[in-house]
Amino acid sequence: MDHLLPLFVLIPLAGFVISLAIPRRNELALSRTAFLTSGLLLALVLGFTAIWWYAGHAPLNVKELVVYRTPGYEFFLDLYFDKVTAVYLFLGALLSFLITIYSRYYLHREEGFKRFFNTVLLFITGYCLTVISGNLETLFIGWEVLGVTSFLLIAFYRDRYLPVKNAVKVFSIYRIGDIGLILAMWMSHHLWHENITFLKLGNYALVHDELQGHTLVGVFISVMFLIAASAKSAQLPFSSWLPRAMEGPTPSSAIFYGSLSVHMGVFLLLRTYPFWEQQVSVRIAIALLGLATSAMATFTARVQSSVKAQIAYSSIAQIGLIFMEIAAGLHWLALVHVMGNAFLRTYQLLVSPSVVTYLIREQFFHFSPREHTIEDSWPKRLEYSLYVLSLREWNLDALLYRRLWNPLKALGRRLDVMGVRRMLQVFVPLYLVGVVALYRSDLGASWSFRALPVLFALLGCLLMLRAFVERLHVRRALIMIVMGHFWVALAVLFNERTGIEHALLYLSGIVVSGAVGYLAIMRLRRHERKVDLKRFHGHAYEHPRIGLAFLLACLGLAGFPITPTFIGEDLIFAHIHPDQLVLAALVGLSFVVDGLALIRLYARVFLGPHVKTYHEVAYRSS
Amino acid sequence: MNASVDHSTAAEVRSGFDLEPTLHELRHYLPAQAPLKDFIHHNTLHAFQHRKFEEGLRRASAIFGYKVCLSIREYRDLYRKGRIDAQVLRRVIAERKGEGEVELWMRRALQGPYTNAIEPRIGTLRGHWKKDHRIDLDAMVHVNLFRILNSYLDQGISIWHFPVWNKGFLASVRELQRHSLVGLVHGRRAKALLADPSTRVEDLLQLVVGDPALFEQYLFDQQFAHQGWSGLVATIEADPSSLLDRRSITLKELIHLELILEIDALEDHFGPDLHPLAAGLVAKPRPLFDPVPMNEADEVAAIWQEALEWTYYDEVLKGIVQNAARPHPVPGGGAQALFCIDDRECSFRRHIEALDASFETFGTPGFFGVEFYFRPEHGKFNTKVCPAPVTPRYLVKEVGTQGQKDTDMHFTKHTHGLLGGWLITHTLGFWSAFKLFLSIFKPSMSPGTSDSFQHMDQASRLTVECTDPSHREDGLQVGFTVEEMAQRVENVLRSIGLVERFAPVVYVVGHGASSVNNPHYAAYDCGACSGRPGSVNARVFCHMANHAGVRALLRERGIDIPDTTQFMGALHDTTRDEIAFYDEASLSGANVKRHLENEIVMKEALSLNAKERSRRFESVDTAMAPAHVHERVRRRSVSLFEPRPELNHATNALCIVGRRELTKGLFLDRRSFLNSFDADVDPEGRYLLNILNAAAPVCGGINLEYYFSRVDNQKLGAGTKLPHNVMGLVGVANGIEGDLRPGLPSQMIEVHDPVRLLIIVEHDPRVVLETIRKVAATYEWFGNEWVNLVAIHPRDRSLYRFKDGAFLPYHTLHGDIPLVDDILPLLEEASGDHPVRLLTEA
Repeated sequence: MDHLLPLFVLIPLAGFVISLAIPRRNELALSRTAFLTSGLLLALVLGFTAIWWYAGHAPLNVKELVVYRTPGYEFFLDLYFDKVTAVYLFLGALLSFLITIYSRYYLHREEGFKRFFNTVLLFITGYCLTVISGNLETLFIGWEVLGVTSFLLIAFYRDRYLPVKNAVKVFSIYRIGDIGLILAMWMSHHLWHENITFLKLGNYALVHDELQGHTLVGVFISVMFLIAASAKSAQLPFSSWLPRAMEGPTPSSAIFYGSLSVHMGVFLLLRTYPFWEQQVSVRIAIALLGLATSAMATFTARVQSSVKAQIAYSSIAQIGLIFMEIAAGLHWLALVHVMGNAFLRTYQLLVSPSVVTYLIREQFFHFSPREHTIEDSWPKRLEYSLYVLSLREWNLDALLYRRLWNPLKALGRRLDVMGVRRMLQVFVPLYLVGVVALYRSDLGASWSFRALPVLFALLGCLLMLRAFVERLHVRRALIMIVMGHFWVALAVLFNERTGIEHALLYLSGIVVSGAVGYLAIMRLRRHERKVDLKRFHGHAYEHPRIGLAFLLACLGLAGFPITPTFIGEDLIFAHIHPDQLVLAALVGLSFVVDGLALIRLYARVFLGPHVKTYHEVAYRSS
Repeated sequence: MNASVDHSTAAEVRSGFDLEPTLHELRHYLPAQAPLKDFIHHNTLHAFQHRKFEEGLRRASAIFGYKVCLSIREYRDLYRKGRIDAQVLRRVIAERKGEGEVELWMRRALQGPYTNAIEPRIGTLRGHWKKDHRIDLDAMVHVNLFRILNSYLDQGISIWHFPVWNKGFLASVRELQRHSLVGLVHGRRAKALLADPSTRVEDLLQLVVGDPALFEQYLFDQQFAHQGWSGLVATIEADPSSLLDRRSITLKELIHLELILEIDALEDHFGPDLHPLAAGLVAKPRPLFDPVPMNEADEVAAIWQEALEWTYYDEVLKGIVQNAARPHPVPGGGAQALFCIDDRECSFRRHIEALDASFETFGTPGFFGVEFYFRPEHGKFNTKVCPAPVTPRYLVKEVGTQGQKDTDMHFTKHTHGLLGGWLITHTLGFWSAFKLFLSIFKPSMSPGTSDSFQHMDQASRLTVECTDPSHREDGLQVGFTVEEMAQRVENVLRSIGLVERFAPVVYVVGHGASSVNNPHYAAYDCGACSGRPGSVNARVFCHMANHAGVRALLRERGIDIPDTTQFMGALHDTTRDEIAFYDEASLSGANVKRHLENEIVMKEALSLNAKERSRRFESVDTAMAPAHVHERVRRRSVSLFEPRPELNHATNALCIVGRRELTKGLFLDRRSFLNSFDADVDPEGRYLLNILNAAAPVCGGINLEYYFSRVDNQKLGAGTKLPHNVMGLVGVANGIEGDLRPGLPSQMIEVHDPVRLLIIVEHDPRVVLETIRKVAATYEWFGNEWVNLVAIHPRDRSLYRFKDGAFLPYHTLHGDIPLVDDILPLLEEASGDHPVRLLTEA
């Protein structure tokens, strides 16, 4: 049976590839491809699960493909199938099957019909890969695909301001989750000295023994998992992204943000459960987080006066409960709860436009002037305060801006003084000095040299920050990002004085992607005079192909699994020692800022309301 | 604080700023769309209607940035496809510019390099916050403002309502802020201003803007940054009854709060010392309402638009003249039926007449001349069922209903609680999966469906007759007296020219629509009944016309309805193409037999109608047998995933006021409102006045709403409906933090050609001119060319076009309209617009 496992990824992948080749106007072929893909997937899931269950339902594991190997390091794809996989695959296959049929009619004649089905199929691919992954590396590939397709689905109406703004917002929160996962992978690599499979994690004795000596390491990894999980499942303090993700066509909001995407954090917890089940403090933390989120989201849902936001917060509250169930070890209950919540919210979102007919009729026949709510009997001060807090979504949306992005931006702006020429003049020679110093092994291990990696990573990080706040030149921002990556690579090289080929592997994707991005912008500049970063330009309206090329370049630069940089990223971290938390944090931060800067570049140049107004352009407030 | 108040007052006096007139102007220009439950079509640019159409559009575009016509590229495409005729184009140019200029303007029209980029004046002043200070005020203010507004106005989505509600908007917000530990505003200044009830809008403007000369322009910029919400507030202020659960709110209060939120944001940015906007302004921006000069591109667009319209009109007029010249046998012996003038009834009538030559049909506005409020049994409110501007004095109640209303747990509040939600996800959650499965593979009626037949219970009775005029409910008279009934029946019969030759059964057919997952459902019902199905009106009218006392009075007034004649109410569901009849039991034995035969004809006509409609639905194969197509069409109306249950008024372009013989046997592709009228019955135009008083604003309003939603679906329409999110049951927005989107969604207008309405009146042009001049509001529509008007003389069928205040003879350019035996094969071929055709008659 093992050999059938890759099919769960290959079927949707094939569907995605086929759908790319279908002409834009051929709605029938596109929807049929999606229909057959998801139908086939559903049939396979049902059949496979039945046989597997009958055959004794022992977890399956298969080491699929070794992508990269050097002494002491192996990057391989691994697939794993157990009851959690079975439930999630069933959920994903059934809902995507129903939604693809639904969307075929619903999106009929919509601009972007093909883009929608392409993205959905890619999303399903990423989803299947994530839930069937057998180790963190494989999971991370799927996880990244989910993040990017989510971005594309939220920004589906790319010629309006709010969808683009919110897509960037959601992406930035996902990025935080991604870094949680990267850091968890980094530390666990050092803990196990290998890319451990989930199957091995299930080995109680092994995990128990290993964690005995590394309590702090265990807590660190678990907290990183928890950050990744709560970012993806909209738990505190990240909750406000979920309602804001409801910008695409209703069925895509229903399936992705109502059900599949939002339960991925839950999946991560279920998957990594064997790792943290012996750490009581972690379990308490998860339960408390779930509890706090549930309380916050319940009140917030009660005051929401827009139907989709209400459903989103109700769903968040239930997921908080699911977190508690998982922490308590009630896995079957959690799985049933996930299914029930996913189905319920998907359906509620799908019928949400009917709420007007239904509730107006209800009001017409059953109206009583004012219903007494439980809160009315509370002291006024408590009632009003709680109401205002819930109305403002507990300031969660503003929180990330005030506490994280704005300080970063302010820092970046301070670097504004340096022009690009000056920057090249300073940084390139400095870099060369660094490279030369790398080969002067006699300089040895003096303390100042141990500080250099941190300094270099800091330089890389600052360059990325500078790119993040660049307001004028796209190409300047690109150059700074590429340079930032070079500094990060140098920092890690300095750290161990070996691994030049790892660094080259890492930089190869960066250089190629950077060049592609640069060329795309050059090309765009030939047609368009107005290209800066002060506002959205919406050039995808006239130049969708250049836009696609630039998007791919950005993804490559952000370490998306389309270039060797993706493996390189993992390798880079393998060279950071477990006691170098500052270095790891800096490199991690530079990856976060790098992703944000790139998605901002793409969004500002190619998405949003079009600068040219010869056609219908939407209001900014829509 | 006081000092600044005094100072500002002095400055205001100097500059002449006065808040009230500014508010009045704002209300005038903001969108006037009512909350969702009452969708009433109107001219989207009604604020410009006091100017000529072309001038109004040019100003609207330059000031507010609307796209007001197709792009030059689209016109040229239509020209290449033959949808704009070269001859007509040349004539339009010659009329405007003189014969000598034709070649020059033809070149310009076909090859001139026009970019059509729009750079609106609105927003330029307030845009200086971003330009000069890098402050994004919209981003800081809108989210909070919208959610306060939405929570305050919410009609039933939230579970925990706005805690203070009975004090007016601003006072409620103030109270909330006062008692809350967490503020709606944070800055010291903003808090103090909000807390002080004596704060005036002018004081706030002084702080934010600084220069009274700029106050008005700033307020326009500010309110048009979210015209959806502002428009809704202005509408509710004007008519508080547009919300069932009433709220007191004014545009002034909205502005007041918004200015405080702006001050809060500015305080956050500048610290305690605010910089008013005017202080940093180098040059004053151009005043919004300065004259807008006409340029060449505008003129070319206007020429194209006129040519597009007249290419179509010309063909129609040719068809009508040709059709009227054919001999038409006088129908008789069969049944008669009154339909709404609605363009969707146009094809249904044609199919009935084609199936049964003795069947005679009439058109009149679908409230059938009876204006009243309707209260369904167990209903807590009265619903207006007559044209929106009319305020009825009567109430009709429904009694003796059967049948229960279903409920659906998915819409209930329990799913949003924490523990209740826990239980429900574990139980109902799985039921949802099953329901989702069913709704995709076997769609059926559900409690979420808006079903036209549910408007009134078929088995119920209505309190039509008033026995005691002193008995009043809610200040309304319950039912009509005999005299009042007779007057209404007479008016309708005379206006449509049905005063003799009554058939044994006369049907009065209202119409309504059914759809699911459609927040705009009210826009699909009968416009003449304020967006409700017309079933109650049809039944009430029949009750009156069957009343013995009424008949006696009518006989005195010269309308002799034979005792054997019975009127019968019905409702045509335009989405499902189904029909229901009311009070069938009251028919006499002979009439029951006739009715059964008529019913068969009508049902067959409905299937044919469904088949005809299906050619616009790409997912239905029109070539299938009518019954099969009909089944598919019915399924659409209950399918959650179907954003186009029907196409409503899309493609409407004509309104024909005259005898049926003008249009009988003429294929107009469901593009025409049809109002029956007989000039012989009304030589002086008394009833014509009433018809045009209604037709111009109602049909013209529908037509222009489609027109503007089509040419600028983003700014004047609602955009695609697929991402819409229902806000407080009052409107729709994109996502959770967008502005409300008034206007029509793209799914409703995508097949519509932006063509102004052509009203064709069959009467002596002198009488028509006299008639339209009687009411200034009606004349504005014609005089300013927001609808086009042609008179057709009843005697010699000559045509007269109304232009610049006078009727001038009009000669068609189009060649003969081809004659076809059967229209259906033609319909099966293509889904685009079909030209006019004459049908051979049996």
